Amino acid sequence: MAPGPRPLRCTSKDTPVTAKKTTKSKKTTKPPGSDTPHALLYGDLWDYAPAPESTGHTRFEKKYGHFIGGEFVAGKDHFKSINPATEEPIAEFASADAAMVDKAVKAARKAHKVWGKMRGSERAKYLFRIARMIQERSRELAVLESMDGGKPIRESRDVDIPLVAAHFFHYAGWADKLEYAFPGARVSSVGVAGQIIPWNFPLLMAAWKIAPALATGNTVVLKPAETTPLTAMKLAEIIAEAGLPPGVVNIVNGAGKTGAAIVDHPDIDKIAFTGSTDVGKIIQRAIAGTGKRLTLELGGKGANIIFADAAIDQAVEGIINGIFFNQGHVCCAGSRLLVQESVHDEVVAKLKLRIESLIVGDPLDKNTDIGAINSKEQLGRIKALVDAGASEGATMHQSSCALPDRGYFFRPTFFTGVSQSHRIAQEEIFGPVLSVLTFRTPDEAVAKANNTPYGLSAGVWTDKGSRLFEMAGALRAGVIWGNTFNKFDPTSPFGGYKESGFGREGGRQGLLPYLEVR
Amino acid sequence: MGNDYVPPRVPTIDEVGATERAKRFSSRSLKKSSKVAGLKLIASMVDLTTLEGADTPGKVETLCQKARQPDLQAPDVPSVGAVCVYPPMVPIAKRCLEGSGIKIAAVATYFPSGQADLDHRLVEVRETVKAGADEIDMVINRGDFLSGRYGRVFDEVEAVKEACGSARLKVILETGELKTYDNVRLASQIAIDAGADFIKTSTGKVQPAATMPVTLVMLETIRDHYLKTGKMVGMKPAGGIRTAKLALRYLAMVKEVLGDAWLSNEWFRFGASSLLNDLLMQLAKERSGNYQSSRYFTLG
Repeated sequence: MAPGPRPLRCTSKDTPVTAKKTTKSKKTTKPPGSDTPHALLYGDLWDYAPAPESTGHTRFEKKYGHFIGGEFVAGKDHFKSINPATEEPIAEFASADAAMVDKAVKAARKAHKVWGKMRGSERAKYLFRIARMIQERSRELAVLESMDGGKPIRESRDVDIPLVAAHFFHYAGWADKLEYAFPGARVSSVGVAGQIIPWNFPLLMAAWKIAPALATGNTVVLKPAETTPLTAMKLAEIIAEAGLPPGVVNIVNGAGKTGAAIVDHPDIDKIAFTGSTDVGKIIQRAIAGTGKRLTLELGGKGANIIFADAAIDQAVEGIINGIFFNQGHVCCAGSRLLVQESVHDEVVAKLKLRIESLIVGDPLDKNTDIGAINSKEQLGRIKALVDAGASEGATMHQSSCALPDRGYFFRPTFFTGVSQSHRIAQEEIFGPVLSVLTFRTPDEAVAKANNTPYGLSAGVWTDKGSRLFEMAGALRAGVIWGNTFNKFDPTSPFGGYKESGFGREGGRQGLLPYLEVR
Repeated sequence: MGNDYVPPRVPTIDEVGATERAKRFSSRSLKKSSKVAGLKLIASMVDLTTLEGADTPGKVETLCQKARQPDLQAPDVPSVGAVCVYPPMVPIAKRCLEGSGIKIAAVATYFPSGQADLDHRLVEVRETVKAGADEIDMVINRGDFLSGRYGRVFDEVEAVKEACGSARLKVILETGELKTYDNVRLASQIAIDAGADFIKTSTGKVQPAATMPVTLVMLETIRDHYLKTGKMVGMKPAGGIRTAKLALRYLAMVKEVLGDAWLSNEWFRFGASSLLNDLLMQLAKERSGNYQSSRYFTLG
């Protein structure tokens, strides 16, 4: 062939490199773990320049107390919230003791006399207002969420914050339609709800808890997780500015002790908890016999089931989204991959390739796919379970990507050769680590998927509609996705079977835990 | 081969998933140095095209001059990958592009419909190559494909490839008429198996022309074929890519699906005409900080 135009070299290095040379060099510099004869090179021939979201527009205090009775009150025993990507403290937050929690519960009780009697259409106005204010401040909230929790800005901007607003909008719509939600019954609010939320979706979990409680006429005392309290304080600001009657929403900061004070408080009518199964069990024991209502949304070990007839390339994207979304800090993550044996090698080869093109790094960079692990402790837990997986004989595959020098990061990882009796197939890792198992028949897939104490989520990938419905009926999980994964919508109820908890959040069903139905 | 032809087994495509994946590339933030490098790379990948009934030698000469030197103010902008014309214009393009290294691509095989006897189409290909075309952009007979006569599609591509001799063959699938992604995947694989050097989305005469999900499905076919056989196949989305911003998204998709080896005009092209001036306008903006009026950019 005649010599063509000179191929363009796009990095700063001098020597032009032709495509052919690149092809050759990639054979010698195969990414680790790659065993295909013709590997692809995801290199730096043309690289994305850093594109960090600016933080200059964010406003927050250096020191926070609590939000009680419509006011920010000072507290004591401050702890620091760390930016997991830089390991630097962001702000200090007080720890509420039993007396402070009591103050918050009293404020909530007082406010319930007003809020519980208010017409639904009036309550809706406040909720709509909060939703709109969240939308107006979505950029700031997204940046703060990424700074405090380590999640990539792409997710906090495109998933978390829009869903937060959507939840408030959805439940604002229900507030004046409660009698239609449960035809033939009379409904009234439960009273004061104590709500304890986790660190993986800080503001979204706050919205999941607060929006239905308020729509149904309850007042709340909410405790955000101690590693991610920042956006809850921003939400308190919004709530104050929205003119919500004082005490309808109270937010207390603190760790486990503060949570225990909420759970043990005698004047709380309902506890809603999202977090680990261990703590969920402690809470259930603690309130046994007290008459408090309880909903729990706990851990999971979701099975993502790939049938041989599935659209494999899209399934691979679903697997990636299922386990690496939010660094795998997702209770409904698809952390157990069940692949039909006939396509196992194909799927694994594609997964190896796909994790090479994931961008791991600064959560505030708009091109980052996987951000920072939420805390040092969580990173330690992930490492311990990954070590267990390796020592139990499973084969580890990891992206060859470079990690930042500072901060808590973990490479996208998956294990092949995993069996049901491995710890990594049974225990929730809550990190970017996937266990790959195989099955031969649909029955075996169902048996393996259900062979877990958990039952929160599952995914089924098949081109056959009938099989999809059959599987959905046989799987013991609260959320089942067909040919997709990790899709959330305020209209859809979410919750678990077995040790993944009970009660539903979202949709019409999400009203029920906050209502007396007569 | 005709009747005995067994179409290749290709994976099924989930339309929702493919669309969602393609959309992800649109959220890549390409600024500063990566934007400038990307825009120049795209300029070098453009198949600068004129395919009109009203084409004249004068029009083609103008286009060729533009192809050689896209921006008088910015000599660092590379010349384009190829000029794409109708077969009768090949001698003119050849004269204008002498010594430039820019390829001459010609749309043969009774473009854009492909509705003609294979013999006639082959004659056109041979004549066009003889006249100096470096690359032949053929169209498949969509009637054959949609009626399930895959063997005829395979045979036709194979015969055209043979007629091309040393010229590289780009096979236009006209995805806007194939409609489903399953069809796109199958047609891509048949074309590759039959010897296509490039697969190309569209003629530009049918809407929709190139889209990101369609291009993604074709890139994934190329990727899987390469991993299986070691043979690289090029890709050319054509039609509807008019802005630099959209072209950068395509480039990100190539980078993330096929990797560095395809980031050159030997393996990736944009079939476009108005794209080039938008690239120049964006590059000028990166240099000066301000957008220039279109009057400062020459017509092609």
